[in-house]
Amino acid sequence: MKKNLWTNIGFQVGALVLALLIATLILVAVGAPPFKTYASIISGAFGSTNNIEEVLITWSPLLLTTAGVLITFSAGLWNIGVEGQMTLGAIFTTWILRLLQGSSVPPALIIVLGILAGMIGGALWASLAGALKTFGGVNEIFGGLGLNFVSTALTIYLVFGPWKRPGVGSMSGTQPFDQALWLPTLPKTELSLWALGISVLVIAVVYILLRGTHIGLRLKAVGKNPKAAFLMGVPTWQYSMFAFLLCGAFAGLSGAIQVTSVYHRLLPNISNGYGFLGLLVAMLINYQAIWAAPIAFFFAALNIGSVQLQIIYKLDSSFAGVFQDLLVLLVLIGEGARQRFLRKG
Amino acid sequence: MNVELKNIHKTFGKVHANVGINLAIPAGTIQGLLGENGAGKSTLMKILSGFIRADQGEIILDGHPVVIHSPADAIRHGVGMLHQDPLDIPPLRVIDNFILGREGGLLPGQVEAGRDFKRLAEQFSFSLDPEAYVDSLTVGERQQLEILRLIWLGARVLIFDEPTTGISASQKEKLFAALRLLAEQGKTVLFVSHKLEDVEGLCHRVAVLRSGVLVGEAKPPYITRQLVEMMFGKAISVGERNPTGAGEVTLSLRNLTVEDYRLKIQAVSLELHGGEVIGLAGMEGSGQGLFLRAVSGLVRAVDGQIDLSGHDLTGRNYQAFKKRGVAFLPAARLEEGLIPGLTLTEHVILAEEPEGFFINWEKGRQLAQSRITDFNVKGTPASTVESLSGGNQQRALLALLRAPLNLLLLEHPTRGLDIESTIYIWSKLKERCQQGTSILFMSSDLEEILHYSDRVLVFFSGRVTPPLKAASLTTEKLGELIGGSGWTELASGKGA
Amino acid sequence: MDTNTTLIGLAGVLASAAPVLFAVMGETLTERAGIINLSMNGTILLSAMGGFAVAYTTGSLALGFLAGMLIGAVVAFIVAFSSITLHQSQVAVGFVLALAGRDLSYFLGVPYMNQPGPSLPGWSIPLLKDIPILGPLFFRQNLMTYLSYLVIILAWLWIFRTRPGLMLRGIGERPAAAYVRGANVKLLRYIYTMIGGALIGLAGPAYTLNVKAGWMGTQTGLDGIGWIALSITIFGGWNPLRAAFGAYLFAFLQWLGLVLQASLPGIPTQVLQVAPFPLMILTLLLVNIGDAEWVQRSLAAMPAGTRRVAIRLLRALRASPPASLGVPFESE
Repeated sequence: MKKNLWTNIGFQVGALVLALLIATLILVAVGAPPFKTYASIISGAFGSTNNIEEVLITWSPLLLTTAGVLITFSAGLWNIGVEGQMTLGAIFTTWILRLLQGSSVPPALIIVLGILAGMIGGALWASLAGALKTFGGVNEIFGGLGLNFVSTALTIYLVFGPWKRPGVGSMSGTQPFDQALWLPTLPKTELSLWALGISVLVIAVVYILLRGTHIGLRLKAVGKNPKAAFLMGVPTWQYSMFAFLLCGAFAGLSGAIQVTSVYHRLLPNISNGYGFLGLLVAMLINYQAIWAAPIAFFFAALNIGSVQLQIIYKLDSSFAGVFQDLLVLLVLIGEGARQRFLRKG
Repeated sequence: MNVELKNIHKTFGKVHANVGINLAIPAGTIQGLLGENGAGKSTLMKILSGFIRADQGEIILDGHPVVIHSPADAIRHGVGMLHQDPLDIPPLRVIDNFILGREGGLLPGQVEAGRDFKRLAEQFSFSLDPEAYVDSLTVGERQQLEILRLIWLGARVLIFDEPTTGISASQKEKLFAALRLLAEQGKTVLFVSHKLEDVEGLCHRVAVLRSGVLVGEAKPPYITRQLVEMMFGKAISVGERNPTGAGEVTLSLRNLTVEDYRLKIQAVSLELHGGEVIGLAGMEGSGQGLFLRAVSGLVRAVDGQIDLSGHDLTGRNYQAFKKRGVAFLPAARLEEGLIPGLTLTEHVILAEEPEGFFINWEKGRQLAQSRITDFNVKGTPASTVESLSGGNQQRALLALLRAPLNLLLLEHPTRGLDIESTIYIWSKLKERCQQGTSILFMSSDLEEILHYSDRVLVFFSGRVTPPLKAASLTTEKLGELIGGSGWTELASGKGA
Repeated sequence: MDTNTTLIGLAGVLASAAPVLFAVMGETLTERAGIINLSMNGTILLSAMGGFAVAYTTGSLALGFLAGMLIGAVVAFIVAFSSITLHQSQVAVGFVLALAGRDLSYFLGVPYMNQPGPSLPGWSIPLLKDIPILGPLFFRQNLMTYLSYLVIILAWLWIFRTRPGLMLRGIGERPAAAYVRGANVKLLRYIYTMIGGALIGLAGPAYTLNVKAGWMGTQTGLDGIGWIALSITIFGGWNPLRAAFGAYLFAFLQWLGLVLQASLPGIPTQVLQVAPFPLMILTLLLVNIGDAEWVQRSLAAMPAGTRRVAIRLLRALRASPPASLGVPFESE
């Protein structure tokens, strides 16, 4: 057991070191000073209260999508459709907010209903992918992909069609909502403690669910060996659908938060890659929910920290993505190498 | 081509599958190879056909020792094998499958191949449509295709692994005619089977394997009793038997008919009493597995009724059966029964009815520990199931069962286990019988069937004997029935 | 709209479909061998940027295209290696590479943004270009478009009319049977994945050196093409002709959306642009439905005659993926 643990750690650390090495090489190749770049990223993320707030604002939606896909991964599913589920959440929230704004319903209640609607929207969209898989045998990767595209088209249709701004529709989205319908933020910032609180709550719920409940254990069983789980009496298709619904709800919640606390309107590409990034985080933490918060935070920091690279070093902010992708790729390859190493050693 | 196998040894881990096998087969012979499951026949044939390499020993073809690296290499040497499930490519056409594998240029040469195909097919009186898709063919036709293909590739030694499983009577006749023709042409045919009648009717010579050893050879005229004795060993005293099963009728089957794409089991009727053990005997693929799954609700029967203690379970699904106290234990322990990656504690918790929302881990661990002690599993509550040995995995599976149960269905409960584990597991099973549980189990081990069953059903090609009292059976008789002999005598009133 | 404008528009459809076609043909070959290369989106973006960068720096279009193909083959190699040798999930590695290729393309592509670069000149085929209707449609294109026609035909011929193509189908459907027939399954899978990857890599420069010359970072308009091409591959049922139909249909619907936008402002253009996806999902549904457990149980409940008919119907619908897609092969 001990040897296994050290080999594990060894390969993980090795992957990190290798990622840093390759990233440094890439920086050198484009003519950027590597250490200054790293320093710049760190200061870009933590250098000022404003920066830290930005990181926290990015952290919430990412944590939510990660929490969601941890559930579907647990059930053995590749829920690529999570991007679309987040988008549908945003759409449903916008719909309710538009429906109820200007009515006599108290604004706080409207916001709550909007968020709930977002969760329902995401769950509904996920249930489509789930039904296709469970009853139609359609692989959830392709079902999800197709539905992602449909959700994007739906957003564009709404933004340029029925929900367009007075005058002409534009890529900047629908008419922003009245401030009364904004999720309360800290004074002078965009950061909403509500958003933060909700996302931390959700990941805690997911952690407890997966580790300490019967539902979580059954999900795990279905994910690892559906045949055996079935023989033991677990209704496999029901748990599969449940996983889709729950992940969809969390992804929808993420979209709802983007609408109510960050953008205050619906705009195209509101999911902004948070779905896919959540999948990456989940893969990197080897599906152990306890690491979700810190690693998602790390990824959020990388994203924000890299924004100013553009200004300072004329480097594209996609460097954050490059590093994140490298890390996950090397961890995956490292896992394969480790297994071969253990088999032969 | 003359084939000689000299001193072939092959070990898989602890299992010595082939122990110094020496066999010489002259050209033009149809050599029968008999043996029960696990006797070592398939290992030997895999070695000859290039799938695996022997640890020791030589293969000599026409006087020249050869080393065969792969199946493709084997065919180059002239050795071809026809598997029980022919290794063809179902979505492609007959002619495609025929051509594939033959070395040649860029173009498939379909026209020329088509001519050769027609010529060969005529030779063997096979009527195959080259344009037909293989997934629309019957097993017999797929076999015919493989035969033509192997001949075309120049095979002079052909190995047939259980070829008569799942083909019709007329196809069998055609097959036998083809085999005789091949022998006449000077080719060597190896006919691996458990079906005594087929082997006796077709083969020029027979070799019998048991537990990895070549125990004997025979020439016609064959004495069935002798062959059975060589295959299964002398009739052993079954020792002390604990007959149970005088309870009420628990399971009642009426005219149960089950089918899958290969087999049809027709109109089985059975009444099972509480505490009774019924053994399902027969070779792999004779239908016992399908039957067990139908009785567990995993597979839906096509006709007939299933009644459990007065509750009609016909057509209901597995969950319904489970609710009525039926449990099914699969043979593939890690693939179907247990969940690799999960610990024993987690399994125990999964198997029980969930109490509340949160898992009480402490309680679960204690329960797991008590089960571990009860069933003598070499492991801890925190052990993952894949780290356990086969015997311990089986004990774990048993340990997960709920009490009480009405009906316990077991697929090969002691396969791959040593004597000690086997005895222990059966003692646990018998405990359940004392509590009133009825047991249906399938096994390839005749001793196990005779020792532990109250009554026995023998399966052969989808046909099922009426329930036979185990006390009135000998290993010999059982072996005969498994091989397909002696069924007509049964029908005329003997047995039960 | 008059005939001439329509013809020019349709010719444009054929040209714009060329990159997608390369990618789809490449992935079809890869999946026929049993490997799924999910990295398509990233590979196309990376090869688009890389191909342009090389062409810009060296001034040679040929080197640009070659660079693209090389990038595609390298990424494909990573997928193949992780899967065939390291036994890691093809989906996981492919997915990460899809993101990585995209991010790398944006990051490394900064110096080449909005630079004027070489672009493939048009070349109308003499004689053929003057055939009424067909001429302006098919034969007044450029080299890449002609190449795309060729690739479709070659891919189809290879898979369905050659001996090695037959073996390819065998490997994808039943690697054990191919092994018995002499195929080195692992090696062939490596080869086909890399050839497929090279074709996918050709799609990138086919766009940035031709359809819409130049690299414009996120505005290049290629993000998402890889996912679309992946979907078209599935829709195409692993048959180059049907996949080509899907690619052309997609390009056509895109064009139609643009055209109709001008004349019918009421109808949302997204409807047309997104139509291929529900179509794809429907296709997948019909094709796989026979395997579902509830279907199996329902079949058993039917009277014998109906059951036989139902089984035959389900078998006819089946255009299953190569049976071994995504499953590792061990010769033991």
